[in-house]
Amino acid sequence: MVKTTPEIPDVPGVDPVLHRTEQVRDHTGELRRWHLLDSGPWLAERGITPRGTLLAVHGNPTWSFLFRSLVREDIPWRLIAVDQLEMGYSERTGVTRRYQDRITDLSLLTDALSLHGPVVTVGHDWGGLISTGWALDNRHDVVGMILTNTGVHQRIEEALPKALQLATTPGFRTASTSLTDAFLRTTLSLSKPSLPKEIQDAYLAPYRSRSRRRGIDQFVADIPAAADHPSRATLDRVAEGLTHLQVPTLFAWGPRDITFSDRFLRDLIQRVPHADVHRFEGASHLVWEDADVAGLVAQWLEATFSAAGTPRTEAPARRPVSSYAAEQVPAAPIGEPIARLAADPIHAHRPAVVELGAEEDGGTREISWSLLHRRVEDIAAGLLGHGVRPGDRVSLLITPGADLTGVLYACFRIGAVAVVADAGLGTQGLTRAVIGSHIDWLIGIPKALVGARAMGWPGRRISVEQLPTVDRAALGVETSLAELARSGALQRELGAPLDVAHPDPDSDAAVLFTSGSTGPAKGAVMTHRQLSAMFAAVGDTLDLAPERGLVAGFATFALLGPALGAPTVVPDMDITRPGELTAPALAAAIGALGRPAVFTAPAALRNILDTAGELDEAGRAAMAGAASFFSAGAPIPAHLLQGLAEIMPEAKALTPYGMTECLAVAAIDLEGIEAAGPGSGVCVGTPVPRVQIAVAVMDEEGRTTGEITEEAGVTGEILVRAPHVRDRYLMLWGTTHTSMRFEGWHATGDVGHLDRAGRLWVEGRAAHVLATADGLFTPVQVEEAAEAVPTVRRAGAAVVGPRGTQQVVVILETEDGHRPGKAARPKPAAPSLSEAVRRAVRERAGVEVVAVFETRALPTDIRHNSKIDRAALSRWSEQTLRGERAEAL
Amino acid sequence: MSAPTVLVTGASGMLGGAVATALRDRGATVRAFQRRPAGIDGVEDVCGSLTEADDVRRAVVGADAVVHLAAKVSISGPESEYRAINIGGTENVLDALRANGGGTLVNVSTPSAAHLGRAIVGLDATPADPERARGPYARTKAAAELLAMDADGDDGISVTSIRPHIVWGPGDTQLVGRIVDRAASGRLPLLDEGMALIDTTYVTNAADAIVAAHDRIADVHGQSFVISNGEPRTVRDVFAGWCEAAGVPAPTLRVPGSVARLAGRLIERVWEKRPGHDEPPMTEFLAEQMSTAHWFDQRRTRELLQWTPRVSMDEGNARLAEWFRAHPVV
Repeated sequence: MVKTTPEIPDVPGVDPVLHRTEQVRDHTGELRRWHLLDSGPWLAERGITPRGTLLAVHGNPTWSFLFRSLVREDIPWRLIAVDQLEMGYSERTGVTRRYQDRITDLSLLTDALSLHGPVVTVGHDWGGLISTGWALDNRHDVVGMILTNTGVHQRIEEALPKALQLATTPGFRTASTSLTDAFLRTTLSLSKPSLPKEIQDAYLAPYRSRSRRRGIDQFVADIPAAADHPSRATLDRVAEGLTHLQVPTLFAWGPRDITFSDRFLRDLIQRVPHADVHRFEGASHLVWEDADVAGLVAQWLEATFSAAGTPRTEAPARRPVSSYAAEQVPAAPIGEPIARLAADPIHAHRPAVVELGAEEDGGTREISWSLLHRRVEDIAAGLLGHGVRPGDRVSLLITPGADLTGVLYACFRIGAVAVVADAGLGTQGLTRAVIGSHIDWLIGIPKALVGARAMGWPGRRISVEQLPTVDRAALGVETSLAELARSGALQRELGAPLDVAHPDPDSDAAVLFTSGSTGPAKGAVMTHRQLSAMFAAVGDTLDLAPERGLVAGFATFALLGPALGAPTVVPDMDITRPGELTAPALAAAIGALGRPAVFTAPAALRNILDTAGELDEAGRAAMAGAASFFSAGAPIPAHLLQGLAEIMPEAKALTPYGMTECLAVAAIDLEGIEAAGPGSGVCVGTPVPRVQIAVAVMDEEGRTTGEITEEAGVTGEILVRAPHVRDRYLMLWGTTHTSMRFEGWHATGDVGHLDRAGRLWVEGRAAHVLATADGLFTPVQVEEAAEAVPTVRRAGAAVVGPRGTQQVVVILETEDGHRPGKAARPKPAAPSLSEAVRRAVRERAGVEVVAVFETRALPTDIRHNSKIDRAALSRWSEQTLRGERAEAL
Repeated sequence: MSAPTVLVTGASGMLGGAVATALRDRGATVRAFQRRPAGIDGVEDVCGSLTEADDVRRAVVGADAVVHLAAKVSISGPESEYRAINIGGTENVLDALRANGGGTLVNVSTPSAAHLGRAIVGLDATPADPERARGPYARTKAAAELLAMDADGDDGISVTSIRPHIVWGPGDTQLVGRIVDRAASGRLPLLDEGMALIDTTYVTNAADAIVAAHDRIADVHGQSFVISNGEPRTVRDVFAGWCEAAGVPAPTLRVPGSVARLAGRLIERVWEKRPGHDEPPMTEFLAEQMSTAHWFDQRRTRELLQWTPRVSMDEGNARLAEWFRAHPVV
């Protein structure tokens, strides 16, 4: 029976030359008509010789249209994307096709097409299972696999979300999948922002009538949800086979998927541990529409198969930036000083961690080196005893202090990977970070456990304090740190102290989440070796030592002391609001140590100066004892440094430059800033020990050309190399690859230049470089010029339009109009102000400004509350100046 | 070798006059073709109708080059009239050049020939699209441009198309005059607060660019170029600049762009049946032009024409103000 097929309409983004139909016998022996996209002729027209074939299989309820983005000149691979039988524009045969039938049908098709030689399979949704099945049956031809939002989870029935469990229930299924097009429309509606109408129409086009949708229904019916399902055996065979298929593999994932959630991704990673993984935060099930998957694939194919000779197999060829550093730090286990000082009779009973005001009565909590060491060992033994394994990821949602220090070093000791996400990320950012890290365990304070419950965070849960039974049940808490420490102590007392090898220096130690001021927070993975080097870098920069100690006014630094063997004092403050640290609280902490190094958040500096008047005589004297002063997160403006120098006259005030990926890059003190004088951007000083800095030259569109220089005066992307550069980003293969595109360097994404004295000047983010028709400019150049207008308090530079011909927009706060608080909607600036700003920027920076806006408060990024969120300004400007209504800032 | 003879059609307009004058000043023999004498010193007037093939042939005979600016430019009226003048007229010019045995043609077109109603943000010239361009003027200009570019390379003819974007300057009654009049009587709305970024072209710069295209046609024939000052401004800033120059208050009336587009569509329909004396107060095309961004990438234009604007927006507004001091708004 031959049914007429609707004419294949013109669909957006598909060159008509790609359409192809083939008559091929299926597993029943009948001739069937397949529709496929074949980019062979398209590549030939452009004189591109394909290196191999991408065999792409869509899932349900989509069609080959899903893969149209893989046809591009930088993918020299021939795309064969099929419409499965009963679906898309392939034949409706009336035959019920099981999973194995579909694998066989596909093999019969590829035989008919004489498809040989290097094949990379590409699958999405249930198409991932079919493409993997095909790969197992044709493994001599397969050189790689790409899987996107799919899964072979064996206990699939448990993992299926409610929505799909319902969809696999017979009566409901037919109603939702073929009687109406609800299933299709639901799938299409998951994208955020929603898909353009013409794209939605293209997905719906082959499924306009009920008879044409019958394939969707059958497909859903074939989901082997139960153990006795006829397709279950095939699923088991493929799931098992996958673990033996040792070819380069890429998993590209949209985590906002109600079906193939992170749970399925995790399962796949366990089966294919060597896979390269990229999660597109914010993308949904139709990840091919929501994110630039094709761009990632282009990068991955190039990196994996371009090298002459044999493509790499399972082990990643990537060599971490840290290994290129000219000078390495002698390897020692992290936390080794704790054991050493605990064993040293002079230090054993001296304080390691002091928390002012930590006790309920406002008293001080003090922990000696000996006690800290015992606590670390006890918790480590307790964790092991409870089932925490080396390599498990443990999310620590604990307020900095003795508890966090104890459990963190216990994790380091046993080789569990600590996931540290700052509460400053906000609930949403934290949720993304925790879910996106695929954590195994979550150890948290009650607030975090309540959040974990409410937000559906993964991981087995452990509380800090022992909780009442009712709460433990409600929060799904298995045990507490207190209990673990007790059981560890018991083991020790019974004569069975912790007996486990120190972890391999090149195994993962921690995942640190970056600020998120430049998009969703990324997890930076540090190995033990890198983390150790990072502690050493900070210690050397600040000259930290056991006799000196440090004051941790910024959460993260409370963790630093034990690694360096330096006692740590936490001031009496709400550690989650580092900006509210007051001068008297800081003075008390300094006084407890004598001549310490002081760490604060940049946001706290203003507050410390504002509350300096509240210091009494003793407080002033204590402040004067500070030996050095260090603030992380953003460079400190010179006028603040001067104010601080007045209240801490003895302190060497250092302002650092660094990033989560490489915490210490350069540092400069007040004298250094004065010696450097004015210039383009902010002078951040000379490299700290073991760090090398270079600059990647940029072309007229602000793209790096590949050339690297250390020459003075050349502005470009800042590159760093150090033994403490992080290993990679967690499950962000593409981002990692891009940041390591200069071999042996970490591309920071910041832009700047070196001067003749070897000092580094930072001029903003590379992504924010203004690539105008008149040349490249940095936001800082424009902002400083605009701020030269006396009535301007602070200015932010934004750009609109394509790179190379961008136009500059200035959005500013005026001295009179500024109101602290939430960012407000900008309004056009008064003509006289506009004119003054245009003139100042033209004269000082040499660039034209197309529009000037004024706002009560500029947007700043959440974590540091100090950097202007230029990306937000550019987004707002882009929308507004298109003539659209912009989203709020 | 004697000075080349250049025919300028539509020289009675602001831009046509500026082009004819500029060519004359450089020593070319200039003829001007339009319905009534343009009255430019040292420029020979040939009067006639663009829709009469014989009139056009008479004007083109013996000319080495044509700069074709004449067009029906308004925003309303029957489409047949636009077709006759804009497409038919261009056809006549091309036929006359063929009869002449060839020559060069600088075809003055418009960016709206390729403007499909969406925002244009930093794009170079995109292809003219007579089917999807907005409104009869843009559609017929698009068709005319395709016709002209198609003739490039035939029978010794070389063609380039120049699309100046929103030309303005002293004495301009088409645009600046209307804006200022409406602002003076408080009838000028700012659509969506007038935040869309638009390119405009000061008349001297547009004339320079056309002359540059004429000079460089051997290298640039077959290509279309958008011309602008390369200093985009928000609609509100553009209007405010002109109003300030004219000494009238800047517009404050605000209307959502969607409302204006709808109003424009309705008004156009009414105008079709009962045309008013002047142009309609709003059309859909105008509403789109005033509420969506359209500014252009000028790099290719400047590089190939070897031209840069010599009058900045600020300088242009100063010259406009000077003109308005001599011709105050009543």
